[in-house]
Amino acid sequence: MSDTVVDIESMRFEGYVTVFQANPLGMIAVRGDLASKPFSTALKKAIGIDLPKMRQIAKGDTSTLAWMSPDELLILSTWEHKTRLMTVIQKALGKRHSMVADVSDARMTFTLKGSNVREVIAKLAPVDLSPAGLEPGEVRRTRFGQISAAFWLVSQEEATVICFRSFGDYMFKQLKAAATPGSELDIWS
Amino acid sequence: MSTRLSSAGRLVDTSKKISFTFNGKKLTGFKGDTLASALLANDQMLVGRSFKYHRPRGIVSSGSEEPNALVNLGEEGMFEPNQRATITELFEGLSATSQNHWPSLEFDVGAINKYLSRFLPAGFYYKMFIHPRPFWKYIYEPIIRQSAGLGKAPSEKDASTYEHFYAFYDVVVVGGGVAGLQAAVTAAKSGKKILVIEQTAHWGGRAPVDGGEVSGQPVDDFLDECVATLASMENVQIRTRMTGVGVYDHGYLIANERLSDHMPEVDGPRHRLWRIRAGSIITATGAIERPLVFADNDKPGVLLASALRDYVTDYGVSLGDRTVVVTNNDDAYLTAIAIKNIGLEVSAIIDSRPNGAGELGEKAKAMGIRVKTGKGIAKVLGGKRVTGVAICAQAGEGAVLEEMLCDCVAMSGGWSPVVHLYSHCGGKLLWDEEKLMFHPDVNNYPKDHNGKPFVLPAGAANGCLDLNEILRDATEVGSTAVGAKKPSKLPSADPRVESPIEAAWMMPQGAGTKLRSKAWLDFQNDVKVSDVQLAAQEGFQSVEHAKRYTTLGMATDQGKLSNINGLATLAGALNTPIPEVGTTTFRPPYTPISMGSIAGLARDEVFQPIRQTSIHAWHEQNGAYMEPVGQWRRPYCYPKTGESHSDAVEREINQTRGSLGLLDASTLGKLLVKGPDAAKFLDMLYTNMMSSLKVGKCRYGLMCSENGFLSDDGVVARINEETFLCHTTSGGADHIHAQMEEWLQTEWWDWKVYVANVTEQFAQLGVVGPNARAILEKLGGMDVSKDALGPMEWKDGQIAEFEVRAFRISFSGELSYEIALPANQGIAFWQVLLEAGQEFGVMPYGTEALHVMRAEKGFIMIGDETDGTVIPQDLGMNWAISKKKTDFLGKRAQERSYMVDPNRWRLVGLETTDGSVLPDGAYAVGQGHNANDQKNTIGRVTSTYYSPTLSRGIAMGLVHKGPERMGEIIDFPKIDGTVVKVKIVDQVFFDKDGEKQNV
Repeated sequence: MSDTVVDIESMRFEGYVTVFQANPLGMIAVRGDLASKPFSTALKKAIGIDLPKMRQIAKGDTSTLAWMSPDELLILSTWEHKTRLMTVIQKALGKRHSMVADVSDARMTFTLKGSNVREVIAKLAPVDLSPAGLEPGEVRRTRFGQISAAFWLVSQEEATVICFRSFGDYMFKQLKAAATPGSELDIWS
Repeated sequence: MSTRLSSAGRLVDTSKKISFTFNGKKLTGFKGDTLASALLANDQMLVGRSFKYHRPRGIVSSGSEEPNALVNLGEEGMFEPNQRATITELFEGLSATSQNHWPSLEFDVGAINKYLSRFLPAGFYYKMFIHPRPFWKYIYEPIIRQSAGLGKAPSEKDASTYEHFYAFYDVVVVGGGVAGLQAAVTAAKSGKKILVIEQTAHWGGRAPVDGGEVSGQPVDDFLDECVATLASMENVQIRTRMTGVGVYDHGYLIANERLSDHMPEVDGPRHRLWRIRAGSIITATGAIERPLVFADNDKPGVLLASALRDYVTDYGVSLGDRTVVVTNNDDAYLTAIAIKNIGLEVSAIIDSRPNGAGELGEKAKAMGIRVKTGKGIAKVLGGKRVTGVAICAQAGEGAVLEEMLCDCVAMSGGWSPVVHLYSHCGGKLLWDEEKLMFHPDVNNYPKDHNGKPFVLPAGAANGCLDLNEILRDATEVGSTAVGAKKPSKLPSADPRVESPIEAAWMMPQGAGTKLRSKAWLDFQNDVKVSDVQLAAQEGFQSVEHAKRYTTLGMATDQGKLSNINGLATLAGALNTPIPEVGTTTFRPPYTPISMGSIAGLARDEVFQPIRQTSIHAWHEQNGAYMEPVGQWRRPYCYPKTGESHSDAVEREINQTRGSLGLLDASTLGKLLVKGPDAAKFLDMLYTNMMSSLKVGKCRYGLMCSENGFLSDDGVVARINEETFLCHTTSGGADHIHAQMEEWLQTEWWDWKVYVANVTEQFAQLGVVGPNARAILEKLGGMDVSKDALGPMEWKDGQIAEFEVRAFRISFSGELSYEIALPANQGIAFWQVLLEAGQEFGVMPYGTEALHVMRAEKGFIMIGDETDGTVIPQDLGMNWAISKKKTDFLGKRAQERSYMVDPNRWRLVGLETTDGSVLPDGAYAVGQGHNANDQKNTIGRVTSTYYSPTLSRGIAMGLVHKGPERMGEIIDFPKIDGTVVKVKIVDQVFFDKDGEKQNV
């Protein structure tokens, strides 16, 4: 079954930062006590990546781990890889108290590209986006305008933003408004 | 007359002419002018009419404290009322109109009020218009609103755009004068992140006009050097046209940046609201000069001495050939000297102090300026502008000693530190009896979460008026802010030898009633000395009460000029010391900011988030009429061309009851609850038993708040021994999720349970009607027969190649399946159902059909049958309340005396005897009247619809002892005066035995 039905081409805006809807990612929410040794060892063994520290992202070959809270991780992969990954994780955690949930369909992902990517986000999210305040590799759960979201800087000029799928249209429209040419601050570029 | 001087002002570029209009009159100014300076250059001294008495008013100040020169600025989508001309930078094509006049500024009918002023004292409106009561709303208020009031409300939508910006700094310096810049330069050496903001377009504050030398060089050079240093530093950002608006806990500072007010042709946002977190905030906000209080001190041509200095020096504008300077301190002598220096006449300096000024006094005298000490102004002469002053002894009662011709009166009553931002978050003030000012109390600065002062006033804002003192203070504050040692080498200036300021709160001191009732304290709200004295006499002794009674300081300028004079007057009237009277509370914003700036991007299509299901686009393309459900938009019905909504609803219901309907139920909340303690946890959350639910089964459950009131309902499915899927109402998902997390994190933190909100992971489609099984069997895959998937069961499997989870649950009373599948596949499956259902005449149905069908079955709806005061027992749902469980949320509350009171209103069905539809929200009346002489009520309608199935109106309602009164007829009066007779019946109107759904 073809299961991606979002019209990706329609959600693209060339502002002073380019905003577009990214290809959907596999996303698996894992809850468990990250501080517990058996839990982290089991998970590490299954995916082959050290668990990320607070607010960090840990990257592997086929998946990426994002720290969400002391008892939650978000595991990202390609769309195709997610089903296998679910099985691997569920098997690895076995009967340990934990929760593994596929949330890939519940999210929408946007990419922001441009030298002013930091300030466009700072118009919407109450986060210190100065180079000293946030580096690529750190994930933030926050809000964008009136909705909850998570984001991280992929590089100095690229960011990934995730929100609930039902808010996708609103998210795109407010990112567009924030990236409108003429509203540059140019304070970190 | 006011005019442009030949000597160019510091800030204007006379090579660049700018045309603008005022009240439709074409005028010209120069680049660098403010609207105020350009108006004065065109001899436009009269700029508005006062609020209450419609007195002619002129420009008083040169900054944001301006009370009089408020204009309507711009037109149509750019229209903005109450803009202060003194801080409005002139641009080509600017159009301004004066406010509060009719029919014209020069001739104003309302000015008759000034002759009535003795009949319009403080509290007049309260006293006069209280009776008869109904008159206020229909007669008094509309007339008063017409005659009093400042700018007009815009009639067009704001054409500009706005945005917010979140920023984080170690130190933010508010104010770009000598103090702010010196503090910033000192702090910046630490390498910490620093932001410096200045509300005007220029750095330097008052220093370039007032002059002086810093470490042997002109103060201008010192300022340039500071700005250049800061601009070159990586860790520092400097921004002009940005005002500190408010200071809040945890170092939160709001600042408003005006990006294109001065060049509206440029693209981009007009204002940007900065929402800043700062480690510490240095308020180098300067000081504001106070007016002196004498009769007719509000005539056009009377202005602050410092403002006149600014107009002459910065803009090359004078207010007339002959100026009288009146003062109680040395500072105003600078104005006299500046006027004399450009070759205009100073008629006299009238100094209320018997001994006059210090070194500036000597200098003025040496320049040949006449200085009259111990004198005051008895009154100002002239009508729409000053023509002269009458001079009296300050110590006397106002007997005129001499009249003096002049075009302009420059007054100075001393300086008040701008302590607004400092005070917003709890900074305390001290009264300085020598300097006659409130200044920050060094022992009571606003404290952060560690108990450390986080708002640090510097310079004039900290009570330092002398240049040398300001530099020293600013350096110290700059060091403190970054935790550094004070540098050993400081810039310094020669101290000025001054005579101290002397109080002159009323001029002359013994002024009688006649003079006091023409001596203005608050120009913008038209409050006089006599008003404050009357308030005191009538018992309004607290400064906060006197303020509200007289409206002193309550105008758009928030009393920047009037507050200190007002409270000194009040102190005098009460015969108490000024510090005992105290100040009123300083609240944000420091200066008014645009509503657009507060809203930021949240307007038009991003005003509010709108949630869309995966099938949303299809609904829209197929003509659905949408209604809000929480933040979702859901189809209410799908009207066909020419069809009314009620016809569409009827069609959808008949089709569903007769054959097959489809519902997009994706918005339903879906919470995954997992863990060894999940069953125990759900037993606490739901009123009924969930731990006994078998894997593969579903159970309808109720949730209550701790107070026992019904808050949410839904079907729980047990996925496996440790996992449950809890369905919530569409609007309740986020709230119930948050509530679950709260209980798990705060009360039952040791229970092993995890919760995830997977609402959006799934599209959930209702396949409803007698042919529901037929269509699923046609699509093939999962066995959905009665035996394989009975009522209140669920199963995973495949239907038409889709991996789905099918629930056999019915909210309509029909054979019904809810099919859940990954959201991205929702629309594809919807299309498959529509296609396969053609032979059954399939139609989608909306929320209204859903509501009617559930009401026909007597099912309750959260938000209709419940309103936060209803317990499950009221709804006859005792069957859903476990008696076996020792505890659940709401259990104890439901046992309280008034919860078990037999007199509670309880749910019943309501059947009109004439078959009509009861009005929504109607009340049933019983015998007698209550204490307010209203008829006693005995019940109310909670849901009411036309039932196409039964071809009559049906309703549910809460009725006093309802279930005990079956068959009784009660009265529901309608708004039109008629009464509907209603029979109390069972709430299940259709298929009571459930024969249709259990097939």
